[in-house]
Amino acid sequence: MTLESVLFYVLGSVAVGSALLVVTRRNPVMSVLCLILNFFCLAGLYLTLRAQFIAVIQIIVYAGAIMVLFLFVIMLLNLGDERKLTDGLSWKKILTGGMAFALLAEVTVILTGYANPAVVPLSARAEEVGTVEFIGTQLFTKFQFPFEVTSLLLTAAIVGAVVLAKKKLD
Amino acid sequence: MVPIQHYLILSATLFFIGAVGVLSRRNAIIVFMSIELMLNSVNLTLVAFSAFLGDATGQMLVFFAMTVAAAEAAVGLAIIIALFRKKQTVNLDEMNILKW
Repeated sequence: MTLESVLFYVLGSVAVGSALLVVTRRNPVMSVLCLILNFFCLAGLYLTLRAQFIAVIQIIVYAGAIMVLFLFVIMLLNLGDERKLTDGLSWKKILTGGMAFALLAEVTVILTGYANPAVVPLSARAEEVGTVEFIGTQLFTKFQFPFEVTSLLLTAAIVGAVVLAKKKLD
Repeated sequence: MVPIQHYLILSATLFFIGAVGVLSRRNAIIVFMSIELMLNSVNLTLVAFSAFLGDATGQMLVFFAMTVAAAEAAVGLAIIIALFRKKQTVNLDEMNILKW
């Protein structure tokens, strides 16, 4: 077993475990912290795929910016009586879990059973493709238009968030 | 060497955990976090295919998906704040004014 596969299986199992904790914890703050752990594991997985830029962006944007926003909102809403929000194991939850598990088993069977069993190695260009240089070049040439549209989207999101969250003055 | 199938299975597992979270939780903030979980699992699929095919397009799509996720988080949390101000709760079962 190479270091890469050890890293994959360790990070993958921590990612799945923390994702389960996100969904099952009662306290939203615990959920946020588990989600941050999950994002760090995903960043590590991106590194095993040689996607350096995406891994760094994952930590800065997701674990840094978005999760802080979540924590701010939880703090702002001051959700004290969280217990009332959670009921026990209802038949709905069992049904949901069972159906999700069945779908997952289906996907796993398809991916392992029908796919070509030959192990395809990582592309030789993977290391070149994941660098900031390559992605930056692509972003400002081939993907120039979507990049500009993104700025419009972010402006709309900022305005929308302010309009929605501000107090009514009347 | 890890085959791409394992990345895809891991990503599917994360996606279904997120889907269960969306369907079974009643706290709006945790439902929102489960949506983020699902978005991230799809990102993992895209990066895996990008690396195994040696094509940067998948990683560009992840870049744009992250931008959309940031915008979505800002607007979604603003909606949750507005709803909380109106109802004094984030329990999704009580958000039923569109139900007839």
